[in-house]
Amino acid sequence: MILKKAEEINEKSTWQELTTGAEIYEPATSLQVNTGEWRVMTPVFKENQCRQCLLCVPFCPDSAIPVKDGKRLDFDFMHCKGCGICVTACPFDAIGFVKEEK
Amino acid sequence: MAIRDRLSGNEAIATAMRQINPDVMGAFPITPSTEIPQYFSGYIANGKVDTVFVPVESEHGAMSTCIGASAAGARAVTATSSAGLAFMWELLYVAASMRLPITMAVVNRALTGPININCDHSDSMGARDSGWLQIYAETNQEAYDNFIQGVLISEECRLPIMICQDGFITSHGVSNIELIEDEKVKEFVGEYEPENYLLNAENPLAVGPYGISPYYMEVKRKQAQAMKDSMPVIMDVAKKFYDMTGRKYGFFEEYKMDDAEVAIVVIGSSAGTGKEAVDRLRAEGQKVGLIKLRVFRPFPRIPLAEAMCKVKAVAVMDRAESFSNSGGPLFNECRSSLYDLDNKPYCINYIYGLGGRDIQVEDFYEIYKDLFVIYENDDPGDVYRYMGVRDSRFL
Amino acid sequence: MKRDGVEIRWHGRGGQGAKTACLLLADVAFNSGKYVQGFPEYGPERMGAPITAYNRIMDRPCNVHSNIYFPDYVAVVDETLLKTVDVTSGIKEGGALVVNTSKSPDEIRKMLPEDYKESVYCIDAQKVSMETIGKNFPNTPMLAAVVKVSRVIDEQQFIHDMRESFEHKFATKPQVIEGNMKALQVAMKEIVAG
Repeated sequence: MILKKAEEINEKSTWQELTTGAEIYEPATSLQVNTGEWRVMTPVFKENQCRQCLLCVPFCPDSAIPVKDGKRLDFDFMHCKGCGICVTACPFDAIGFVKEEK
Repeated sequence: MAIRDRLSGNEAIATAMRQINPDVMGAFPITPSTEIPQYFSGYIANGKVDTVFVPVESEHGAMSTCIGASAAGARAVTATSSAGLAFMWELLYVAASMRLPITMAVVNRALTGPININCDHSDSMGARDSGWLQIYAETNQEAYDNFIQGVLISEECRLPIMICQDGFITSHGVSNIELIEDEKVKEFVGEYEPENYLLNAENPLAVGPYGISPYYMEVKRKQAQAMKDSMPVIMDVAKKFYDMTGRKYGFFEEYKMDDAEVAIVVIGSSAGTGKEAVDRLRAEGQKVGLIKLRVFRPFPRIPLAEAMCKVKAVAVMDRAESFSNSGGPLFNECRSSLYDLDNKPYCINYIYGLGGRDIQVEDFYEIYKDLFVIYENDDPGDVYRYMGVRDSRFL
Repeated sequence: MKRDGVEIRWHGRGGQGAKTACLLLADVAFNSGKYVQGFPEYGPERMGAPITAYNRIMDRPCNVHSNIYFPDYVAVVDETLLKTVDVTSGIKEGGALVVNTSKSPDEIRKMLPEDYKESVYCIDAQKVSMETIGKNFPNTPMLAAVVKVSRVIDEQQFIHDMRESFEHKFATKPQVIEGNMKALQVAMKEIVAG
């Protein structure tokens, strides 16, 4: 039985090196994938304009707005894909939207 | 001591399930397999088993239940037929690629168009490329024995398995059967202890990932290897079963093949009718034989080809059309398996028994007669033939 | 070919219990040590539609899985079928037809194809059932009639086995056992040959 974590499987792995049913032997592996790299546009968190209504949080399709102690923090840019939904959801113009600079 | 009883094929499967006492059954009723979950839910209601029965909204749901349960670490079973199996199609591939050992009783029935409730193999033959193991039964006894072995084979190979029997013919036909004592079956199948499963919090895992092109083909290749590797497992389990019951099983059964000149290859209940034809023709001095294929997936290419090479002409019987214009599924695989061998026999195909069309001992006489003509004339003629269909040309 | 078993065909209508009678016969033959088959052939799978069921009762395992075209005996649970189904089809020489009817064998014979030369037995299973069980369950008297005619099982053993079977089947309502036993015995007496 081959037990492998996500980082042990890659596009060079042979069929013999895969796990039996293509399982990955660790949970929450999406956390490890840098989907933030796909971003073309970037949301900008304007903390001074934010009223902490938290409307943006459930709208984010990638769970990329961390919340701590009832307050949202800056974006998780490893997972934010720059879709801009939060920009539209924010009633207080507290999220800007600018071209991504790499 | 074995328990002498008389049961229908469906009762036999339900009895096997009771003795196995699986963790989960997800099922939806469809003729002619309905009685299996019906009897089994009776066992649950009467406290004979402690299986969780999930009464779902469809067969799509039934297979999804089995997949979820199996991934979670449970021993999961179900039963279905015909359109029910067709409705599971998408999930059949999911179960196989996730390598989940689910044991499914398939009671073979024609696929609709026109609607028909009777036996043929178009349902499970249609699912032959889904990555499931497939074992077929001639009798209620074999359906029962195969189901008990199937659980072990499936779990050992980590592949789902279909245990097939002929709708109505064996599923609703009551006949003699030797049951195994409950405790022996229990010991034979043991407790299901998967090494890894979703409900094991100590070793968390992710199942069913998206397989982009750089991975998908490797996953499929690994499935193909599992099919190949299942061959010795099937024989090991058969040996263990023989030690318990004295009943011998293999990939196929050779019936009076040793000095046979011509032979028939057939799957399911018709093999019994064919054996009767063999006995009667042998009594007249005709050297005829029969091969009953038990394991269709994996296809026992090499041993089956060797067995067929004992004779000069073989008729392969398909209880399913594949509309390929070149014969049924069993025929094509049998014929292809002969290609590399010297002294191969003539190999012809008969499509028969669709939608419950009866096949009699006399029909087998005709086929053997045709085979002797081919052998004597050294000419196979048209290899793609029908048996038992009304045809204006022959009236 | 040496006769090494008995083949029986049942005609009835969906819901009337021809299949049940067929399975009961398989049961009693099994209990007497025979190899048995009992299987139905369904048409439209609806109440009232004609259905056929079959028995093979042998001293060796039955391999054949086809329907029965040349039966030794044919049992007709519903006489209205005589008008639409050729129930005598293929009955072997020395065989017999058993019909649930209040008519006489002569009257029944007039309803059959002229070339049918074998025996006809009549049993008013409905009457027997009403008088003994109090309800119209023609299966029990029909079963007794078929056992009597076909002689697949010794009559005494049959009666003995059926008592055991009823005691098991009707464990929760023992008051119906005697009626059913009586139905068997009366049917065996009242069956009329012709």
